Amino acid sequence: MSRRPYIREPSRMGWWLKQSRYMRYMMREISALFIGIYVLVLIVGLFQLSNGEAAYEAFLATAEGPVGSTFAVFAFAFAIYHSYTWFQVTPKAMPLTLAGKRVPGAIIIAAHWFGFVLISAALWLLAGR
Amino acid sequence: MSVRVSELEILRYDPEQDEAPHFQTYTVPCHDDWRVLDAINYVKDELDRTLTYRWSCQMAVCGSCGMAVNGEPVLACQTFVRDYPQKIRIEPLQNFPVERDLVVVMDDFIDKLESVKPYLVPKEEKEVDDGEYLQTPAQLAHFKQYTACINCLLCYSACPQYALTESFVGPAALALAHRYNLDSRDVGRRVREDVVACNSGIWECSFVGACSDVCPKSVDPAAAIQQTKIASTGDYFMKVLMPWKRK
Amino acid sequence: MPHSNKPIIWGLFAVGGTLAAFIVPALILVTCFAIPLGLLPIDVLAYERLIDLMRHALSKLVTFGVLILIMWHAAHRMRITAHDLGIRNDTLIMFVCYGIAAAATLLALAALLRI
Repeated sequence: MSRRPYIREPSRMGWWLKQSRYMRYMMREISALFIGIYVLVLIVGLFQLSNGEAAYEAFLATAEGPVGSTFAVFAFAFAIYHSYTWFQVTPKAMPLTLAGKRVPGAIIIAAHWFGFVLISAALWLLAGR
Repeated sequence: MSVRVSELEILRYDPEQDEAPHFQTYTVPCHDDWRVLDAINYVKDELDRTLTYRWSCQMAVCGSCGMAVNGEPVLACQTFVRDYPQKIRIEPLQNFPVERDLVVVMDDFIDKLESVKPYLVPKEEKEVDDGEYLQTPAQLAHFKQYTACINCLLCYSACPQYALTESFVGPAALALAHRYNLDSRDVGRRVREDVVACNSGIWECSFVGACSDVCPKSVDPAAAIQQTKIASTGDYFMKVLMPWKRK
Repeated sequence: MPHSNKPIIWGLFAVGGTLAAFIVPALILVTCFAIPLGLLPIDVLAYERLIDLMRHALSKLVTFGVLILIMWHAAHRMRITAHDLGIRNDTLIMFVCYGIAAAATLLALAALLRI
């Protein structure tokens, strides 16, 4: 009897379209692209800030234009999705055992969201002063 | 008990005759409580003696009957026909070469499993007469989850990184390494590092998490790998910052 | 097999990702939506306000640290995504992703030193 194993090649570029769990994974990864671009824009803004009022105002005008505003909406949505997926995996990466019992993942996740609300509120209040 | 007629579309491949795999459809009268394994057994018993597949315990402990049902890696003995539409597509597990019909070549996995040293590396070898290694229930609970692996390969089938990168050590092997690293009787983390902490080990994983989704024994290999990443990062910085501490 | 140097990158990735998860949504709200939607009583992005804020050494340090770590997190994830999308030339992707992050780091440094 001869052996001739057959190799089925996966789709290198499109494998993630085949199942919803892979698509959600890809969305999670793409969220970093939007976050990265946002931070890059912030850094450019800081640079223009250092270039004086005129340069900074010009930067603001562009950033607050139609393209910038549309991007901001998507960036916000992806940023929230990043937070959601990041908190979701935290109990898996760092399981917690208190008093001999494993702390349920849901509690760790809830604690993170609580911290998120606190930090966001603090940022908001700081900005408004 | 009612009978529903199912159409099983099964991937066939005869290495001695076929150039490539092809689907063959079988009409199977399934009872309401049948699993996919029962339907496949019916095909072999009544319709086509040549159908080749692995199965054994019928109760999800041996890990033999892994296959892709409608694209999802499952154990055929745990997958009920009634949960599927009339047409069911059955293929061998993805990401492995097809030996014949639904049988895949497992050699790559076996090699990787051996490479992570899946056995206790104790601090001192003890003679049997010296007694047992002692362990508290809490110490057992620390790693027990990761002992449940039945080597069914569903996780490798679901893992896109294993699909894209052949050299990836893979979820089950890394989860088993973690099981021993967490065992209080074991001090083998350093010797496993060579395989676990290299680029084809834990660092190939991008935490897709599909492995844990499909695992029939709730081993959660994704969690095992992430915990190993954290431990390994700690080890790495210790090595760099305090090299004298390493034995 | 040689031990990977990935721990350094992954460590930065993990810290950056955690920072991003806690801070970025609120940051986007403050910088992009507070003014157009009139959610805050003052102009948070006004030039004088920001310049005054950024002049402090602590502001510079915190801003630099946070932005750069998040930047590196994004760069590393993009490297992984390129691999996931079938681009096999990891060395090229590394240069592009980390290169952009490095350029951004230098830009931020230049900006904050000039303020």
